[in-house]
Amino acid sequence: MSSLLTSARVTPAEIAKELAFFAVIAFMMSIMILGVETVDRPTGLELALRWDLVILAIASTLVGRLGLIVRREHMSRLLQAVLIVVSAVMVFEMFVRFRDMDDRWAAPVTFDMAFQSVTSVIVFVAMIAVVFAIAYFSASTKRVVTEEEKAQSISSRLQVAYRTNTKKIGFVGILFFFIFPLLFGENRSAIDLATLVMIYIMLGWGLNIVVGLAGLLDLGYVAFYAVGAYSYALLSQHFGLSFWLCLPMAGIFSASFGIILGFPVLRLRGDYLAIVTLGFGEIIRVVLINWYNLTGGPDGIASIERPSFFGLAEFSRRVPEGVTSFSDLFGIDYSSMHRLIFLYYLILILALVTNFVTMRLRKLPIGRAWEALREDEIACRSLGINPTNTKLSAFAIGAMFGGFAGAFFATRQGFISPESFTFLESAVILAIVVMGGMGSQIGVVLAAIVMIGFPEMFRELAEYRMLIFGAGMVAIMLWRPRGLLSFRDPTILLNMSKKEKVAGENS
Amino acid sequence: MTMLKIEGVHTFYGNIEALKGIDMEVNEGEIVTLIGANGAGKTTLLMTCCGAPQATKGRILFEGTDISRMPTHEICQLGIQQSPEGRRIFPRMSVYENLQMGACTQDPKHFDSDLEMVFDLFPRLKERISQRAGTMSGGEQQMLAIGRALMGRPRLLLLDEPSLGLAPLVVKQIFDTIKKINKENKVTVFLVEQNAFHALKLAHRGYVMVNGNITMSGGGAELLANPEVRAAYLEGGH
Repeated sequence: MSSLLTSARVTPAEIAKELAFFAVIAFMMSIMILGVETVDRPTGLELALRWDLVILAIASTLVGRLGLIVRREHMSRLLQAVLIVVSAVMVFEMFVRFRDMDDRWAAPVTFDMAFQSVTSVIVFVAMIAVVFAIAYFSASTKRVVTEEEKAQSISSRLQVAYRTNTKKIGFVGILFFFIFPLLFGENRSAIDLATLVMIYIMLGWGLNIVVGLAGLLDLGYVAFYAVGAYSYALLSQHFGLSFWLCLPMAGIFSASFGIILGFPVLRLRGDYLAIVTLGFGEIIRVVLINWYNLTGGPDGIASIERPSFFGLAEFSRRVPEGVTSFSDLFGIDYSSMHRLIFLYYLILILALVTNFVTMRLRKLPIGRAWEALREDEIACRSLGINPTNTKLSAFAIGAMFGGFAGAFFATRQGFISPESFTFLESAVILAIVVMGGMGSQIGVVLAAIVMIGFPEMFRELAEYRMLIFGAGMVAIMLWRPRGLLSFRDPTILLNMSKKEKVAGENS
Repeated sequence: MTMLKIEGVHTFYGNIEALKGIDMEVNEGEIVTLIGANGAGKTTLLMTCCGAPQATKGRILFEGTDISRMPTHEICQLGIQQSPEGRRIFPRMSVYENLQMGACTQDPKHFDSDLEMVFDLFPRLKERISQRAGTMSGGEQQMLAIGRALMGRPRLLLLDEPSLGLAPLVVKQIFDTIKKINKENKVTVFLVEQNAFHALKLAHRGYVMVNGNITMSGGGAELLANPEVRAAYLEGGH
C-alpha cells in the first residue's frame, strides 16, 4: 500500500493516525447500534454480540476513508474508485448480514447472492460498475482547479441552464403533468401517487407565500388544511352543499382562520412566531378531537360526498333516477378510473391556480411588499408600507390555498379524522418549501416529488427508505444548504436588463 | 413657514430616557442638521419623528398635524420619507425593485418621471439597475437609500448619517447631491450627522445634541465658527 502512496504529501504515519481515529469512531458508533442484539432464547431475552457487523463497519469505514484520503491528495483515480467500490461492497455485506443472518462467523454472503443466477450476476456487476464509474469519473486528480473549470462544473452549468430556461422548464413540467394520466391511465397506484404529490405541491406553493415570500415561519400550516377539509365535510354532511359550492367557502373559512391566527402574532418574528403557529396548529387538532358533537372527535367524518363532474354528472356505476353518470354523458364504458383521473386533473388545476396567483401577486405591489417585509421590516415601515395588512394578507392568502387543498383532500379520501392533520404534516410541508429553496416555485415541485413521491415509490424497501430519506435530507442540506433551487427569481429585472441592453446598443 | 415642529419631546427606551424634552423646528425649504456624539439621541429623535418609537411626552407637528401618535406608515404617507441609519436597503432585491418599493405609496403615474429624476441625481444607480442591491458598494447603497426615499415624493426628507462608513470623496459627492435635492427639487432636509464639519457647512441651520438635550442652535456657519463646537466636534478632524 505504501508504494501506492508515494506521491502523497502526507506521511504514512499521518495516514495511520487519521485511520485510527476513524476506526475508533466507527467502533463507538457501530458497537451499540449494530453490535448488540437481543436474542429470544427459551431462558428469556439475551444480549448477543455481533462482532462480524462491527468488524465490517470498521473495515468499510477504513477503506472508504482511505479512498477519501487518496482523493484529497489527488492521487490515482483508479485507486480512488477501487477503494470506494470495496467500501460499498462491505457496507452491502453488512446490511445483508444485519437483516438476514444470525451466524456470526458465516462466510461472506454477498458473492453467494451475486452468483445465484444470471440476472443476479448482471445486477451485481452493473451496480459495481455504476459505483465504480461514479467514483472514477468524479475522482479528482488535479491539485489546482482553475476558475474556468469551476464555472463549467456540472452544478453551475445546471444552474445557469435553469435560470435561462425557467419558463421552458415550467412549461415542460406542466405538459408532463397534464399528459401523465394518458401515460399511466390504467395504473391506479401511479395516479393515486401523482394526486398525493400534487396535493403536497399545492400545499407547498400555498405555504411558500407565507414562508418563502413573506418570510413568516409558519409551523402550523396544517391547521388551515384541516379547516378546509372539515369545512367541506361538515357543510356537505349537514347542509348537503355540493363540492363546487363548498370549495370557495372552505377557502374563505381557512383565510379567516389565517387572519385570526395572524392578529396575535403580528409582533412576533422568527422562532417566536414559529412556536405560536405550532401551538395554533395543535389547538385546531385538539379542538377537532374533543368537539365530539360537531366533528365526530377521533372517529372522524366518514362517507364524505365525492365531487360530481361540475354538477353535470356523477362518477358512480349506478346512479339514482334523474342523474346522469359520467360514462353516459360521454357515451363511454364505465371505468372506476374516471373518477381518479378527474380528481387528479382537479388537483392539478387547483395547484396551477395557486401557482398562477402566486406568480401574479409577486409582480403586484402586495407581493413586492411581502418580499420587502421579509428583507427588512423597519425599512418597509419607513417607506409607508402597512406591515399589519401586509402580513395578514400573506397569512390569509396562504391559508386560503391550504383550505382549497383541504377540501380536495376531504373529497378525495371520503374520510377525514384529526389524525391526518398532525404536526408531522406541517413539518413535511415546511420541509418541502425549505428543501425546494424558499420562494422558488419549481423547487417546491422537485422537493414534493423527492419528499412524497420517492418514499411512496420505494415502499418495498420498508424501514430502509426512512434511512435513505434521512441521508438524502442530510445530503441536500450539505450540498445545497439553501434549497434545491436556491435563488430568488428575478421578478422584473430580466426584461428590464434586456430593454436596457437594447437601449444601450441603440444609443 | 414651519414644516416640522418638535415640542418638548421625551422618548424612553424602557426606563431609560433617551430624549429629555427636545424643542426644535425645521422650516420649509431648509436644510437643518443635528450633530452630536455617539449615543446623544440623534437617531432616536429622527426615529421618534417617524413614530418608532413614539414620543412618551410632547408633540410633533408636521404642517400643523400632530403626528406623534400616528403609526410609521401613516406618517410616511403625509410626505415624510427617511433614509434610515445603516441604509437598510433590501439587499436581495435589485436596484430597480428597491426604487419601486420606495414608490409603493405613490400614484404609479409619477413613477417614470420620478425614476428619471433619481437617475439624474445618481447616474451610478442607472448603471446598476438590475444588480442586487446588497452587492453594491457602501456609497452606492447610500445613494440607493436616498433615491428610494425620494421615490416616495417627500416634502421632508430625513437623512440619518448618510456619510457613515464612506470614503471622503464619496461623502462629498453625497453632500453635494443633498444640496441639489434641496435646491432643485425643493425638498426640505433634516440631516442627522456625526460628520459635523460637512453637515454644518451644508446646512442653513444646525442643532447640537448632548445626552438627549439640545445644547446649542444657530446658523450653520455660525455653529461652525463657535469655539465650543469646534472643540467638541471638529478639532483634530479635517
